[in-house]
Amino acid sequence: MSQVRNVIIIGSGPAGYTAAVYAARAQLSPLVFEGSVTAGGALMNTTEVENFPGFTDGIMGPELMEQMRAQAVRFGAEIVTDDIVSVDLSGDIKTVVDGAGTTHQAHAVILAMGSAYRELGLPNEKRLSGHGVSWCATCDGFFFRDQDIAVVGGGDSALEEATFLTRFAKSVTLVHRRDALRASKIMQERALANEKLQFAWNSTVEDILGDPKVTGLVLQDTVTGDTRELPVTGLFVAIGHDPRSELVRGQVDLDDEGYVLVQGRTTATNVPGVFACGDLVDHTYRQAITAAGSGCAAALDAERFLAASE
Amino acid sequence: MGATKKVTDASFADDVLMSDKPVIVDFWAEWCGPCKMVAPILEEIAGENDGIVIAKLNVDENPQTAASYGITSIPTMNVYKGGQIVKTIIGAKPKAALLADLAPYL
Repeated sequence: MSQVRNVIIIGSGPAGYTAAVYAARAQLSPLVFEGSVTAGGALMNTTEVENFPGFTDGIMGPELMEQMRAQAVRFGAEIVTDDIVSVDLSGDIKTVVDGAGTTHQAHAVILAMGSAYRELGLPNEKRLSGHGVSWCATCDGFFFRDQDIAVVGGGDSALEEATFLTRFAKSVTLVHRRDALRASKIMQERALANEKLQFAWNSTVEDILGDPKVTGLVLQDTVTGDTRELPVTGLFVAIGHDPRSELVRGQVDLDDEGYVLVQGRTTATNVPGVFACGDLVDHTYRQAITAAGSGCAAALDAERFLAASE
Repeated sequence: MGATKKVTDASFADDVLMSDKPVIVDFWAEWCGPCKMVAPILEEIAGENDGIVIAKLNVDENPQTAASYGITSIPTMNVYKGGQIVKTIIGAKPKAALLADLAPYL
């Protein structure tokens, strides 16, 4: 085991990388575990980010993450492309174990594990995953050229995916359980003006049909209860995210939905020396810029904690 | 032992289906974030294992092979043995999980 670090950051994305930039500039020599296959976080599967301030013409999500990462490295953050598989956060010295089995210790830990795609929870969803069911429009849109496909969800990411997919597909049906969208007005206007995009309002996906590949969906009308079949060859699931808090369950207080609880406007958890930021704590906003802001706050909170305990 | 091998629509039969060793084919594309995450892990596994060939097929440049195997999600990693698919792994996974999936063929 190596020396006890000042601070270990678990996770990356805008929250983790921003925490790393601030902790590095505070000369805390942060050790960052950015994730083996999740490095960069949710933005790695997006295309154009149009609402991150400072980028007049937008920036690609992966490019933004590469820049944040490089900025953290420039100030001396040590970034490891691996996961943390277990933690012991009790006591003054926190212990974490990485995917390679190596143990690391620190006086403070910043949690920034983000969130994972929510699944519909249908029996056929797993079986058909990779056979027409997808969670990544930017990865898989290419395979649905000139086909009829569907997106389920109603938020910004669902609309962004649906709009993106019209570049490839013959038609895209957005399946949404309400009769209005949650997405931002500009996304809605763009979507409603898109001729390839159709809407199945007040509808839920009850079943996914096909063997070995997706051939259709069973939709249920939430008002009448009627069911109907929608013939599609692809289904992109964009119904939101769940916090990836399993790693710290039982050690740090979580709310009923699994988000890490923080105190007031700070990033402090109930465990001294453990801070949390980004999508892991955020029910409400879940934007790149709010995640980055909370990552900054976590680094400042950790810095003050370390100064006070010296 | 060594690096991953680039395969194409043209070379797929010779390099994969006729191979003496089991071959893992990583179906990938430039625009796919998770593919980029899994690439260095596959390089490591290729460097550490002698008994298997790790091949990479760019689906953008080689759409025929991807279509003939019904690939609709990437990364997909198919293991071929004696010309037949014996294992399919869909989606990027950490190294330990990939090694566990591939253990019977390494």
